[in-house]
Amino acid sequence: MAHKRIVIVGCGRLGGALANQLSLSGHEVIVIDRNEKAFEKLSVEFSGYRIQGDATEMHILKEARLENADNLFAVTTSDNINLMVAQVARTLFEIPRVVARVFDPNRESIYANFGIETISPTKLSADAFLKRV
Amino acid sequence: MRVILVGDSRTVYFLARRFVSRRYHVTAIVKDRAFGEELGEQTKATVIEGDGTDLNRLEEAGARQADVLIALTMQDQDNLIACQIASRVLGVPRTIALVNDPDNEVVFKKLGVSDTVSATGLIGSVIDQEATFEDVTTLLPIAHGLLNVSEVHLPADSPAVGKTLQQLNLPGKSLVGSIVRNNQVIVPRGDTRLEVHDHLILISEPDQQSLDLAALCG
Repeated sequence: MAHKRIVIVGCGRLGGALANQLSLSGHEVIVIDRNEKAFEKLSVEFSGYRIQGDATEMHILKEARLENADNLFAVTTSDNINLMVAQVARTLFEIPRVVARVFDPNRESIYANFGIETISPTKLSADAFLKRV
Repeated sequence: MRVILVGDSRTVYFLARRFVSRRYHVTAIVKDRAFGEELGEQTKATVIEGDGTDLNRLEEAGARQADVLIALTMQDQDNLIACQIASRVLGVPRTIALVNDPDNEVVFKKLGVSDTVSATGLIGSVIDQEATFEDVTTLLPIAHGLLNVSEVHLPADSPAVGKTLQQLNLPGKSLVGSIVRNNQVIVPRGDTRLEVHDHLILISEPDQQSLDLAALCG
């Protein structure tokens, strides 16, 4: 896998796990979270950047030098923040691949129709459960 | 006119009251139950309790028939999503979002919101202008912010005093809408001569305005 510059918005359980894994695989990782304590989830081997701030504010995204990123994963616990950041990343910063986590399946299908790449944990686990019926 | 308001602020309450008094059909989507009950009782607006960024609540609020949706929550992301779902999924022709971070004005327009209102931006620009010209009061932005209406007081050292409007020939092309002199309103003409302590009502383009303010106030 080629070396990429990847921005992760939200350093919760998922964001932290993605950041650790990607950093370990040799990618350049930038993690953004509003809460400094969230960065405690990053492992000692994590060699990327931490930016403390609200990713719905343009100046934070500029600080993260979004224009040079290959990927952005928006994985905060708020669907609306993820969808807003994903659209800003794609439309204004022209990041080639942007993915947003969206819990609400209705909202997920709306934005999937708008052309935003989304992952719905609710839908994924519902499918997994239903396969076991 | 059918208006949908989203949010729990006092602004929602006052807009609802104003629109109802103009006989608009007003529906508000609010999160806080106590606020919703007060709103319903005091304004006769239809109140729906729930998340205004949720498709189902927006449909329940009659968004498919609405003429305009105004999103006024304190969260920019919620205002954006409410406007986008309303316009792109439910076909609301006009959406207006409050932006709390003034940088988001540009962002929201690029992402399809028809209009934005930035309290931070408005108050900031009033203060900026007052810091530069203490004799100038910006009254209001009109035509979607393409024009500003402002009131200018001519101080004793104003370079414009003693000149006619024609001689003055404002470089920024502001229009002098009227002159208030000793509490009398004067309809200005080219040969109207300006006097100390005249109050001019100006209509100007925001980016050209400072040229004319400099010509009037020195």
